[in-house]
Amino acid sequence: MKLRGKSHKYGNNVDTDVIIPARYLNTIDPAKLASHCLEDLDPRFAAAVEPGDMIVAGKNFGCGSSREHAPIAIRGSGVSCVIAADFARIFFRNAINTGLPILECPEAAREIRPGDELEVDLVTGTIADLSTGRSFAAKPFPAFILEIIRAGGLAGFLRDKAGEAGGEG
Amino acid sequence: MNMTMTQKILAAHAGRTSVEAGELIQARLDLVLGNDVTAPLAIQEFRRAGGGGVFDPERIALVLDHFTPNKDIQAAELCRTVRKFAAEQGIVHFFGAGEVGIEHVLLPEKGLVGPGDAVIGADSHTCTYGALGAFSAGVGSTDLAAGMATGRCWFKVPRALRFILRGKPAEYVGGKDVILHLIGLIGVDGASYMSMEFGGPGMAGLSMADRFTMANMAIEAGAKNGIFPADETALDYARSHGASRMAVFEPDADAVYDKTIEIDMSALAPLVAFPHSPAGVRPAGEAGDIRLDQVVIGSCTNGRLEDLRTAAGILKGNKAAKGLRLIVIPGSPEVYLRAIEEGLVRIFIEAGAVVGPPTCGPCLGGHMGVLAEGERALATTNRNFKGRMGHPGSEVYLAGPAVAAASAVAGRITTPEAVTGGGRERKAE
Repeated sequence: MKLRGKSHKYGNNVDTDVIIPARYLNTIDPAKLASHCLEDLDPRFAAAVEPGDMIVAGKNFGCGSSREHAPIAIRGSGVSCVIAADFARIFFRNAINTGLPILECPEAAREIRPGDELEVDLVTGTIADLSTGRSFAAKPFPAFILEIIRAGGLAGFLRDKAGEAGGEG
Repeated sequence: MNMTMTQKILAAHAGRTSVEAGELIQARLDLVLGNDVTAPLAIQEFRRAGGGGVFDPERIALVLDHFTPNKDIQAAELCRTVRKFAAEQGIVHFFGAGEVGIEHVLLPEKGLVGPGDAVIGADSHTCTYGALGAFSAGVGSTDLAAGMATGRCWFKVPRALRFILRGKPAEYVGGKDVILHLIGLIGVDGASYMSMEFGGPGMAGLSMADRFTMANMAIEAGAKNGIFPADETALDYARSHGASRMAVFEPDADAVYDKTIEIDMSALAPLVAFPHSPAGVRPAGEAGDIRLDQVVIGSCTNGRLEDLRTAAGILKGNKAAKGLRLIVIPGSPEVYLRAIEEGLVRIFIEAGAVVGPPTCGPCLGGHMGVLAEGERALATTNRNFKGRMGHPGSEVYLAGPAVAAASAVAGRITTPEAVTGGGRERKAE
């Protein structure tokens, strides 16, 4: 699972209120949520982001509210992966459950520059900064988490499993 | 055995005699909670995963408290989704219309959570129930969907920080000031992935309202849960509110904590967290000249009867400053009724307050008290992130109900003593 795109870089403690402000939580439509993604932190983001791009941030990414709308908005905006020094725990679960790839790597979070072209291999956890030629190693996800991400989230994963088992799903 | 309270509750719910920090376990859940913002997504995922029926219609609580009374057409559609699901699944503890209270005020009051329970809720402030000696943690909508379907959830067994509380807080210092002090001390990720376990001799002097406030804001330090051991105060609360389950878990004498922090609560002054971080804490008396456009008293953090009494004690005979909008939101229908019976609502209205229905109100900037660009609010809520209560160019300051009431009267951030003329001394006369 190789991903490629350019970096959008932010600081520490990016909270879920700036990822998707509560005034937009009256919908669960990924496209509508995506159109307001990161609006209060970086109003240009929604227009500037291109499919495959990556968010690179510091510590405690996704802190605050439990709103699953946050990873849905990020994924809906075309972001292929979030790289951070570390993640808040509810966001961490929600990202996996909604099929948004995330990688913890303090060194990459520190060194990658805004706009750098990145290539990520989710299977090995390798993050390559093609603009600087540097490479970083994040701890890769175990196979079953990658399967959840491939299935677009936990619900899709469970439905696929039910299908494989010959269920009605 | 060397387990924390949280680890013991998780072990009991995983059918194990012991667990270790870092282990992944599956735990049985006593209660699963969702609201009008998070449940619609959960219901969608529940159906996508092929879910037929819920695991137990008596162990799911659905509370329409965020954007109700319906704030717009889209919110109305989301609420209808939850209402229909509740009817179709026969959900016993569905709260809509006049039954709505703020979920974390309402559920303990209805006896739906008891000491020793394991609870998940698709709301980050689900950690509130730790005040009753329960393990409770916020999750997202997909975990809620899985919880509703199976009555189980997987957890990484958390490590823990220990907080030993000593001393008695001064008159206008409450649970809010203690927890703001702790968050200021350890930072917004100081307890990431960990439990915050409270205890010590000072705990006996804290009311249940104080403890709910403290456990509620454990998430603001990044914690998985916050928890107090269930003492007589907690057991009395649980019994008198009809909780059906009551198991008491104390930490083992040799429980392993990453760090133990001792707090002398008698040394604390009323505090304020400055924008845009709950860790940006300063004494209210050192706030400087911060003029306010709005003061909000309420929320899952400070919307209980004790909080309203504290605020009313300061507002009685006073008026909110000219031009300042004071909004008071009782946390539940029961709190609202008691506040009317005790004459608190009269005090609020005579002070110029709007008294709102028991909902989350403007806490998350969705509804009923949203801020314009450049406006400032002081609120007894739990988050002061950028744009939290409205325009991204607005500001939120967090404090307890005493500072909030006093600041409403002054029109700027001030101490309760500045308005009451010395508080304790005057009372003693």
